[in-house]
Amino acid sequence: MGFIIDRNLYVPEIDAWIDPSEPRARAIITHGHADHARSGHGAVLATPDTIEIMKVRYGEDCAGRFEPLDFHEPLKINGATVTFFPAGHILGSAQVLIEAEGQRVVVTGDYKRLRDRTAQPYEPVSCDLLITEATFGLPVFQHPDPRDEIARLLKSVAAQPERSHLIGCYALGKAQRVIALLRDAGWNKPIYLHGAMIRLCALYQALGVELGELLPATGMGKAEMMGQIVIAPPSAIRDLWSRRFPDPVVCQASGWMSVKQRARQALVELPLVISDHCDWDELNVSVLESGAETVWVTHGREDALVYWCKSQGLKAEPLALPGLDDDGGEGGE
Amino acid sequence: MKRFADLLELLALTPSRTRKIEALKRYFAEVPDPDRGIALAVLTGEMDIRNVKPALLRETVLAEVDPTLFALSYDYVGDLGETIALIWPHKAAGELPSLHALVELLNHASKAELPKVIGGLLSRAAIHERWALVKLATGALRIGVSARLAKTALAEMSGIDLQEIEEVWHGLKPPYENLFAWLEGRAGRPEVDHAARFHPLMLSNPIEDKDFEKLDPRDFSAEWKWDGIRVQIVMGAQGVSMFSRTGDEISAAFPDVVGNVMGEGVLDGELLVGHDFEARSFNDLQQRLNRKVAQGKQMQDLPAFVRVYDMLFDGDEDIRALGWEGRRARLDAWFARNRQTRLDLSEILPFGDWDDLGRLRRQGADEHGHEGVMIKLRTAPYVPGRPKGFWYKWKRDPNVVDAVLMYAQRGHGKRSSYYSDYTFGVWKGNEIVPIGKAYFGFTDEELKQLDKWIRANTTGSFGPVREVKKELVFEVAFDSAQRSGRHKSGVALRFPRINRIRWDKPAQEAARLEDMDAFVGASQA
Repeated sequence: MGFIIDRNLYVPEIDAWIDPSEPRARAIITHGHADHARSGHGAVLATPDTIEIMKVRYGEDCAGRFEPLDFHEPLKINGATVTFFPAGHILGSAQVLIEAEGQRVVVTGDYKRLRDRTAQPYEPVSCDLLITEATFGLPVFQHPDPRDEIARLLKSVAAQPERSHLIGCYALGKAQRVIALLRDAGWNKPIYLHGAMIRLCALYQALGVELGELLPATGMGKAEMMGQIVIAPPSAIRDLWSRRFPDPVVCQASGWMSVKQRARQALVELPLVISDHCDWDELNVSVLESGAETVWVTHGREDALVYWCKSQGLKAEPLALPGLDDDGGEGGE
Repeated sequence: MKRFADLLELLALTPSRTRKIEALKRYFAEVPDPDRGIALAVLTGEMDIRNVKPALLRETVLAEVDPTLFALSYDYVGDLGETIALIWPHKAAGELPSLHALVELLNHASKAELPKVIGGLLSRAAIHERWALVKLATGALRIGVSARLAKTALAEMSGIDLQEIEEVWHGLKPPYENLFAWLEGRAGRPEVDHAARFHPLMLSNPIEDKDFEKLDPRDFSAEWKWDGIRVQIVMGAQGVSMFSRTGDEISAAFPDVVGNVMGEGVLDGELLVGHDFEARSFNDLQQRLNRKVAQGKQMQDLPAFVRVYDMLFDGDEDIRALGWEGRRARLDAWFARNRQTRLDLSEILPFGDWDDLGRLRRQGADEHGHEGVMIKLRTAPYVPGRPKGFWYKWKRDPNVVDAVLMYAQRGHGKRSSYYSDYTFGVWKGNEIVPIGKAYFGFTDEELKQLDKWIRANTTGSFGPVREVKKELVFEVAFDSAQRSGRHKSGVALRFPRINRIRWDKPAQEAARLEDMDAFVGASQA
C-alpha cells in the first residue's frame, strides 16, 4: 500500500515537506532546532511559538511567508488535513498529524514524555504510520528523573561554595528547561547566562515561561561568581570563556551524560542526565500507544528500535534523512 | 554501598588530584570498619572476587535483555561493565547490602547461584550503584585512581608517613582493620613478616655543579646509572616477590626472575632484559612491562634479570643501618654464597677525582648509551625516601633537538582550557614527521603565550586536537632516542620535554630526520 507521505517526508497531496534540509516552496516545521528549522523556505507552516523562535534565530524574513497554526486546530489543504499536537520537546514543538485517503500519519519530530513546564506537554496520537525519532533508541538509555539530577547539582553547589558551576547546555530548549528546573527546586539567586543564551531566554520569558532573574555572566568579577550557577553552550564551558570563573565545576546537561566514559572523555566533572528526548522505554510505549502498524524510524540509533518494532509484529524500517543531527554532538539538540 | 558508589563516581569524574585525595580522606574517616577496608582493597586492586568474570556478567544480563539489543548497545557504549549497568532494567527495588556484606555474598555464592544473586543485586540498585557494583564485581575500575593515591590519602588522613604505610602494606589483608587501628592511633604499627613486605626505597638527588667543590671524591663510590626499572626482590622462606619502586608486586610478570633466584634476603636493583646480562634498550624492557602475566615467547626473546646494587636484609637480618660500604661487602659475600643465573652485581667504577668521573660519564654515554652515573656516600645508611647528601645521580647532559610544533591538544584539570600537550616533528625531505609529544618544560606564562599562538595559527581541528601552521620551533630536550615502528618518523624519544621555545628560529632551520641518527646510534651501541 502506498502512503500519503514519502520517505523524504514529502506529502504530495499538499506539496509540502516536513523539516526539509534544503529550501522548499512549502515546509512544515516541527520545532525550532537548527537541524529541523532552516531559513529560506517559501512558506512555513508551524506553531506560533516555533515561528517566533525561527524569527529570533534567523531573522524576521527567514521565510517567504509564515502560516501559524495552533495545536489541535485541523487545517484542510487540498484533500488533506494537517493538525499539530504537542511533542513536549521544547517550546512550540509539535507532532504533525496528516490525514488523507483514509490514512493517519504522525511525524513526531523530536519529543519527550516527561513533564517539562517550558514545553507544551506531549500527547499520544493514534495513527496508521508512525514516523518517530530515535535519538536515544537503545535500551542503555533510561533517563532518570531530572529533579534528582538538579538535586545533585544543588548539593554540589552547596558543598563547594568557592566555585562556580558552569552548566553546558544547548541554547534553545535545554537551557530554559534547566533554569526552570532550578527555579522549581528552590534556587532563587540570579542565574548567569553566556551571551549565546540571552535572546532565546528572553523570548521564552516573553512567551510566558517564568525563568526568574537572569543576568549576563560576562563582566562579573571572579569573587562575585563564587557559588553561582552559569548556563553556557557546551563549547564554551571548557574553553577560553570559562577562565573568567573561579575554579569552575564543568557540568553538562544532556541525555548522553549517562555514559560515564563519555562524560570523562568530555572532561565533565558533574554530568547531569537531563534529556529532551524519549528514552528507550518511552519510545517503546509511544510506538505501542500510537496503534500504528507501520513505523519508520529516523534520527539516531534506528537499528535497535526497528528491530524491537519487528519483534512486536510491526512493519518497521529506518529512514535515512539528510542533514539531521543524529548524535547531537555535545549538546544533543 | 551507596556511599562507595558516590565515591567511585567522584573519583572517576574529578580531574583534580587534591580533590580526589580529599574525597578519599573523608570516606576513610567517616565509613566504619570493615566497609572502608573493603573499599580500600577495591581501590588498590587487592580485591579479587574469584567467581565473577565478565562472561558470567554477560550471561546474567542476557537472561534479562534481548541479545541483539544488548549487542547493539555494547557496540555503542564500548565498555562491557558500563553497558551492563546502563541496560539493566531499572527497578531500584531496594537497598543494597553494605560493601562488606556484598563481597561476602559474592564470594560465598556458588557459581550456579551467582547469576541470580547478581541479577537480584542489580535490580535493587540505583543507576550509579549498578555502575559501581559491576566495577566492584569485575575488579576493573578504570577510573584513573592508583593504589598510591589511595595510600596517599591514608597518609594524609593519619599524619603517618606514606613510606611507613607502604612498608607494612604487603603484609596486610583486607579489610585492614589493624591498619586503620594504627592510622587512628588506637593500636601500634601492625607486625608483618619482612619476607612478605615491601621496604620503601632510598632515592637519589640530582647533583649540581656547585655540589662538587664541597664533596670529597674519596668519600664516594660510583656506578653506572642503569636504564631499566627499579625493583626490590624479597626472598624469604615463604617464597620470592618482586616489587616496583612504588610497592606494586610485579612477580607474576617476571617468573623467569623470581623462579630462578637462590638465597634469602632483600635486594635493591635494576630490572633489565637481555641474554647473558647484556642489557637491551628500555624499549625492549617495556614490551615486558605493563603485562599482568608473562608470555613464553617474550621470556625467551627478552629474558629478564636484575642488576643488584644494594642489600637491605641479609637473610632475615636488617642491615639498613650499616653504611653503604658495609652493605656492599655483605652483598658481595652473599653473591659468593648463592650462585645466580638471573642476578648480577652492578660494577663499581674506579675513579680519581670528579673530572675523572666526568670523563667516564661522557664516555659511557657516547659509547654505551649509559644514562649517567650514580654517586653514593660510602658511609650512608639505607634511608627510605630522598635523604640529602647520600646518593646523587649525575645524568649525562640531555640531548637537544630543534623540532617544529605540529599539533596541540588541550590538557586536563586546570589546563583543560589550554592547549598544553604538544606534538612536534623534524624535517624528512619537504615534510615534517612527528618524533614525540611533550606537555611540560615551560612556565605558566609561556603556556599562555603558546595557547594564544596555537589559537591564532590553527589550520585544522580534529576533536580535541588542533593542527597548527608549521612555524614554531621548540628546543626539545630528551634522554635518549630509539628506533620505533609506532611513529611515522621511525624514531621515539625518551622523556622529552620543552627546553626552550624558539620564537626567533625559522622552521626551515629545525632538525632533519637524518640528524636523529646520531642519537639513535648512541643508545643502540
